[in-house]
Amino acid sequence: MFSSLRYSVKQAFVQVFRNRAMSLASMFSITAMLLILGLFFVIMVNIGVGIEKAKTEFDSVSAYLEDTTTYEEAQTMMLQLSGMNEVNEVYYLDKDTAMAQWKAQEWQDNAYLLDGLVENPLPNSIEVKVTKLEDADRVVEVLNTFNGIKQVKYYKETVDKLVKITDSLKVGMLVIMAFLVIVSVVVVSNTVKLTVFARQKEIEIMKYVGATNWFIRGPFLAEGILIGILSAGISVGITALVYKKVIDMLSLNMSLILGSPMVSVGFMTSNLVFIFMALGVSIGAWGSIISMRRFLDT
Amino acid sequence: MIVFENVTKNYNTNVGLDNVSVKIDKGDFVFLVGPSGAGKSTFIKLILKEIDADSGSIKVNGNEITTLSNRQIPKLRRSIGIVFQDFRLLPKKTVFENVAFAMEIIHQSPRQIRRQVPMVLSLVGISSKASKYPSELSAGEQQRVAIARAIVNNPTVLIADEPTGNLDPDTAWEIMRLLEQINRRGTTIVMVTHAKDIVDRMKKRVIAIEKGRIVRDEAGEYRYHEDRIDSTKHRSTYPLTEGGTLNV
Repeated sequence: MFSSLRYSVKQAFVQVFRNRAMSLASMFSITAMLLILGLFFVIMVNIGVGIEKAKTEFDSVSAYLEDTTTYEEAQTMMLQLSGMNEVNEVYYLDKDTAMAQWKAQEWQDNAYLLDGLVENPLPNSIEVKVTKLEDADRVVEVLNTFNGIKQVKYYKETVDKLVKITDSLKVGMLVIMAFLVIVSVVVVSNTVKLTVFARQKEIEIMKYVGATNWFIRGPFLAEGILIGILSAGISVGITALVYKKVIDMLSLNMSLILGSPMVSVGFMTSNLVFIFMALGVSIGAWGSIISMRRFLDT
Repeated sequence: MIVFENVTKNYNTNVGLDNVSVKIDKGDFVFLVGPSGAGKSTFIKLILKEIDADSGSIKVNGNEITTLSNRQIPKLRRSIGIVFQDFRLLPKKTVFENVAFAMEIIHQSPRQIRRQVPMVLSLVGISSKASKYPSELSAGEQQRVAIARAIVNNPTVLIADEPTGNLDPDTAWEIMRLLEQINRRGTTIVMVTHAKDIVDRMKKRVIAIEKGRIVRDEAGEYRYHEDRIDSTKHRSTYPLTEGGTLNV
């Protein structure tokens, strides 16, 4: 067992080296596939992180109270709300604090303009932080049953859109990934098939002398896996380098636009190594096995 | 030993073998003769289980092989050595490596390989060419390497498929002497050939196949007699084809 493993690995290195051109060709193909996959992955992860971040900013529901509603009545509502599973946090925002916040966050240097207001137009409100964005609807329903509420406001449309985008992106990415993986397997299997063709005579002799199918398959399998590992290594390197460059170039502008920093290079790379290796090895292995099948059937 | 019992094999519409029964004892030296397409190759392929019989029973070394699973085929083949007309050596390996290859395949240790290969190379008489590549050897020398590869794992049966077909007469006789020598060590030899003169002069058992049937099966001495009596008839029945251009 051990000796045949050693034999396979040794043969794989010899073959990859002897068929340099072909090995390079398939390495090039797999690397190209993995780079495209990597591009998708990097974009997806960043969008995903951005969306999660955005979700936390839209996870609050504001219930504007009638001016006639007393603080005690509001307290009763809040008590009821805080008993719900969907609710993470409830607090009361009186109109003066709301005005102060508004001035500070939105108007900033022009806040003095608001000083001319005779009466504070903002209502008192109950602010509800929900545990899951998707459950905001339930909270709104409950709020609507209360008396003394003028208006319930939350970012329903934005929230629904975000949820939809995330879901369809996930599906889209899976489809594209599956497609790319299939293409890679076909490419590798064709490459290995060529080397198998070149060594058909050898395989025939091996069979006559009584080599088992796995013994014959071994070196080709190892060859495919080796090509897969090398391609994965190259792809991780290129993706990490390019990603770092992009981050360096855009990080300042990006965090302004997205309002969230991009995923760190280290985190991305450590994930990519794992994903690319798994993909590279399985693409290489499947490619070999598929291309060998016909030759070993007889 | 090889035993065929009522073996039939058809290819689509053509007959491969038709209800053939034959017994080849351990240590026999048997010639398999007959025109092209008569069923000689089918016979060999059945022994190697390259193809499956439609019906009948085939035993090699006492084991029924028609019921073997694919996983068991390698084990069967390890007990059978095979030599081809076109040698089928690996061009990128040296003589030593070509022979060692057959041992590597069955997981022999490097130490065993280093001991066994030189022994076999000296047996077939090409020790001095161990580090040469096949392209640097003459046809006869290449066939010796092929024979060395076939016997290095000590098979009980050696199948030679027209081993002298690509050789000149003198070299062909050297190879025949080598095969005879291997046979004397106890290895059963089944040799397919078109070379009538070799068959005649070796005085071994001859099995003649025609249209999938065994039309003659006789020991060397009988065969010798009959040939003297009616050699013209024999000539027409078994026309010389490729590789059979030896002078009698």
